[in-house]
Amino acid sequence: MNAPAYNFAYLDEQTKRMIRRAILKAIAIPGYQVPFAGREMPMPYGWGTGGVQVTAAILGPDDVLKVIDQGSDDTTNAVSIRQFLKKTADVETTTRTSEATVIQTRHRIPETTLTENQVLVYQVPIPEPLRFLEPRETETRRMHAHEDYGLMHVKLYEDIARHGHIATTYAYPVKVDGRYVTDPSPTPKFDNPKMNNCAALQLFGAGREKRIYAIPPYTQVVSLDFEDYPFEPSRTDETCALCGADQTFLDEVIIDDKGGRMFVCSDTDFCETNRANTSRDAPWAAAGARGHV
Amino acid sequence: MSEILRLANVSKTFTMHLQGGIRLPVVNGAAFTVHPGECVVLSGPSGTGKSSILKMIFGSYRCDEGRIVLTHDRRVTDIATAGPRNILALRRKSVGYVTQFLRAVPRVPAIDIVAAPLEADGVAAEAARSKAADMLSRLNLPERLWSLPPATFSGGEQQRVNIARGFQPERPLLLLDEPTASLDAVNRAIVVDLIQQKKKSGIGIVAIVHDDDVRAAIADTLVDVTTFSKAAADHDR
Amino acid sequence: MSDRVTHLDCEEPLLVAEGLTKFYGPRMGCRDVSFELYEGEVLAIVGESGSGKSTLLQLLSSQLEADAGHVLYRMRDGVTRNLAKLDEAERRFLFRTDWGFVHQDAAQGLRMSVSAGANVGERLMAVGQRHYGNIRQSAAQWLERVEIDTARIDDAPRTFSGGMRQRLQIARNLVTEPRLVFMDEPTGGLDVSVQARLLDLLNRLVHELGLAVVIVTHDLGVARLLSHRMLVMKDGRAIETGLTDQVLDDPREPYTQLLVSSILPA
Repeated sequence: MNAPAYNFAYLDEQTKRMIRRAILKAIAIPGYQVPFAGREMPMPYGWGTGGVQVTAAILGPDDVLKVIDQGSDDTTNAVSIRQFLKKTADVETTTRTSEATVIQTRHRIPETTLTENQVLVYQVPIPEPLRFLEPRETETRRMHAHEDYGLMHVKLYEDIARHGHIATTYAYPVKVDGRYVTDPSPTPKFDNPKMNNCAALQLFGAGREKRIYAIPPYTQVVSLDFEDYPFEPSRTDETCALCGADQTFLDEVIIDDKGGRMFVCSDTDFCETNRANTSRDAPWAAAGARGHV
Repeated sequence: MSEILRLANVSKTFTMHLQGGIRLPVVNGAAFTVHPGECVVLSGPSGTGKSSILKMIFGSYRCDEGRIVLTHDRRVTDIATAGPRNILALRRKSVGYVTQFLRAVPRVPAIDIVAAPLEADGVAAEAARSKAADMLSRLNLPERLWSLPPATFSGGEQQRVNIARGFQPERPLLLLDEPTASLDAVNRAIVVDLIQQKKKSGIGIVAIVHDDDVRAAIADTLVDVTTFSKAAADHDR
Repeated sequence: MSDRVTHLDCEEPLLVAEGLTKFYGPRMGCRDVSFELYEGEVLAIVGESGSGKSTLLQLLSSQLEADAGHVLYRMRDGVTRNLAKLDEAERRFLFRTDWGFVHQDAAQGLRMSVSAGANVGERLMAVGQRHYGNIRQSAAQWLERVEIDTARIDDAPRTFSGGMRQRLQIARNLVTEPRLVFMDEPTGGLDVSVQARLLDLLNRLVHELGLAVVIVTHDLGVARLLSHRMLVMKDGRAIETGLTDQVLDDPREPYTQLLVSSILPA
C-alpha cells in the first residue's frame, strides 16, 4: 500500500500531543475552557475546525466515525468533514449512531442514547457563555475563576422581564459538575437533558477561539434557571411525518409555496432506524421510542 | 450642687492667614457655669465673642486654651480636648443648638426638617411628624407652609422652623443664639414660654438675647462677655 | 430603631487608614494619610483637582495598591483585616456585599443596556438568590426607596436622566445593605435642582441605614450637608481634619481658609 500523503488524521504528532494534553486537562476540570494552540486547517474558521482538530487528535485506526450537521449525515459540511477524515485517517465511517465510536456533531445531540465506548465531539463557535454580556476576556476569565456568575442570571432575569419566560432556545447555559458555567454549543435546549449524566465522553472544540472543554462521563449537568421559572426543554405537539416519533427534536420543512409544511426528525439516522423498526414491529411505532438497534 | 456645664479659662484667637496672618483675639479667660433649670444669658455688644462661646461649647469652634466641661449621666467630658467622635456623641445626646439662622438640606419640607432630630433619636416617623406638627402649630406657623421647603419663607417663618427643630429633642443642655430675632411680639412670647418649659424640666440653657424684655423674662444669670474680650485684646498685645 | 443608635456608639473603627502613600513615578499621588472611620459616620475628603483625593479613594477601596501604609477593615464577622492581604476572591466578595461604590458618572457603575430591575437585582443574584419573583420585588422596593417610578423597572438606564441614573446606581449599591459606601463626586455634573434632591436622598439613606460613607468632593456645600467629619487634601497631603463644621467654620490652615472663603455665596 502507498504511504499516505498525510500523517494519520492530518495532524502532525506534536499537534496531536498538544491537543490531547489540552483534552486531558479539560476532562480533569469539567466545563473549564482550556486554551490550545489551534492549527491552520484546510477549512476556514466557522466551518468546524475546532471539532475537526479534537476528532483528529483522538481518532485511532479502529475507530468508527460518524459526522452529523444539525442531526443529518448528508449535509454538505457533514459529508466534507467525513470524507476529509476518511481520506487522512482511513477509518471506517458510518451513519448509524449505535455503530460509531466517535461522533462529531454540529448543533445537535443524537437521539439515540450514547454508551460508554462512545465520544461525542461538538463543534463550538463561541465557547464563552458570558461573552455577549461581558465582552472583555479579562473579565470573563475572572468571573469563571471566582465562580462569579451573577451576570448569567441577569441575562435570564432580563428574558423573563421582557418575554415572560427564559427566551434562550439554543446554546442554553449549563452548570457542569456544580462549578463551571458552560456553553453547550448551539444545540437546541431540547438536547440539554441528554448532557446530564451521559455515559459517553463529551468533548467541545472551538477552532477560531482556540478553546477546548470537556464533560466526563456521568457528570452532573444542570441548565440554569430560577426557582420559580424552572428549565423546560421545549415541547411540541407535532410528531414526525416520516416515522411517527413524538419524543424527538423535529425540523420544520416547507413543502410548497402555499405554506404547507411538515415536521420530520432532525436526527436522520434515528428516523431511518425508527422507520425500519416500525415496518417490522407495529408496537414500537406507538411508543415513538428512542431506538436501539 | 450639680452643674451641667462649666467653662474655665477659655481662650480663642483667630489667625487670618489670608490677611497676612493678622491675629483676631476673640475671648480670653472666659468662665461661667450652668446648672439644670438655669438660663445663663451672655450679654455684651456685637462682636464681643458671644456666638463664638456658644460655638465652642458646641464644638464647632476649637478653643486654644481652657476647659469646657459637660456633665451628663455622670459622664464628664472636656469638650475643649474631646475627639471628634466624642463631640458627635455629645451632640446626639447632650447638647442642642439653635443657631441664629436656619440651615437645612434644600428642598426638604419644613415638617420633615422639624421631625428629623426625633427620628434620629429613634422615634417612629409617624409619631415624630405628629410632634413636629404640634410644635409648628404652637409656634403659629401656618399649616399650608408645613409641606414646603423653608428656603422661600420669611425670616420669621424660618426662625420658627429653626426653633421647632431645636426644641424638639430632649437634651440636658440647650444653646440658643438669638432665638427671638425676627419674631413679632406674639411669637416672642410663645418662645419665652417654650424656654420656661425647658427650664422647668431641668434643662440648662445658655442663650444670646438682645431683646431686653425677653432677657428679663428668661435669664437667671447674666454673664457679661466684654470682660473676656477685653482681656483677650489686652492679652494679645 | 435602637439598632441605628447602637452602631453609632460602636467602639471599634470600621475602616482605618494608616500612613497611606502612593507615588506615580516621581510624582506624589498622596502621602502619609491616616484616619479612622466608624460605623454610621460620613467622612468627606475635600480638595481641589490634583489634591490626591481621588487617589486616596482608590487606595481606600482597594482599587489601587499603596506604596506605603495600609488600610484595615473590620469584616462582618468582627475580624479586622488588612485589605492588602485579602485575596482577590475575598476582595470581590467584599465589593459585592459589604461595600458600595458610587461613581461620578453613573454609566460607569451601571449596566446601561440591562433593565433597572436587573441592575438592582444583580448583586442579589451574584450572592446566590434564585427566585425571580423575590429578586424582582426587592428591586422594586429599592427603586421606590430611591424615588424611581417602579413602572420603569424594565427600562434600561440608557433611557434615564442623569439624576435617575445616579439614584439607580445608589439603589444598585445598597441592595445588599453594605456597611461602607465610597462615593466619588456623586453630585458632579448634575443640575443644581437634581443635586439637591440627590443630597436629600443620600442624607436620608445614610441615616436610615446607618451607613459609613467616604465621600470625595470638591463641593464644600455637599460636604457640609452630608458629612460629620472632613479631611482637607492639598498636594497629596491631609492638611487639616476635624468635624465638618469645625473645619468649615473655624479653619486653621491657610489653605483651608482659602478654600472656605472661596465658596460663592448662595
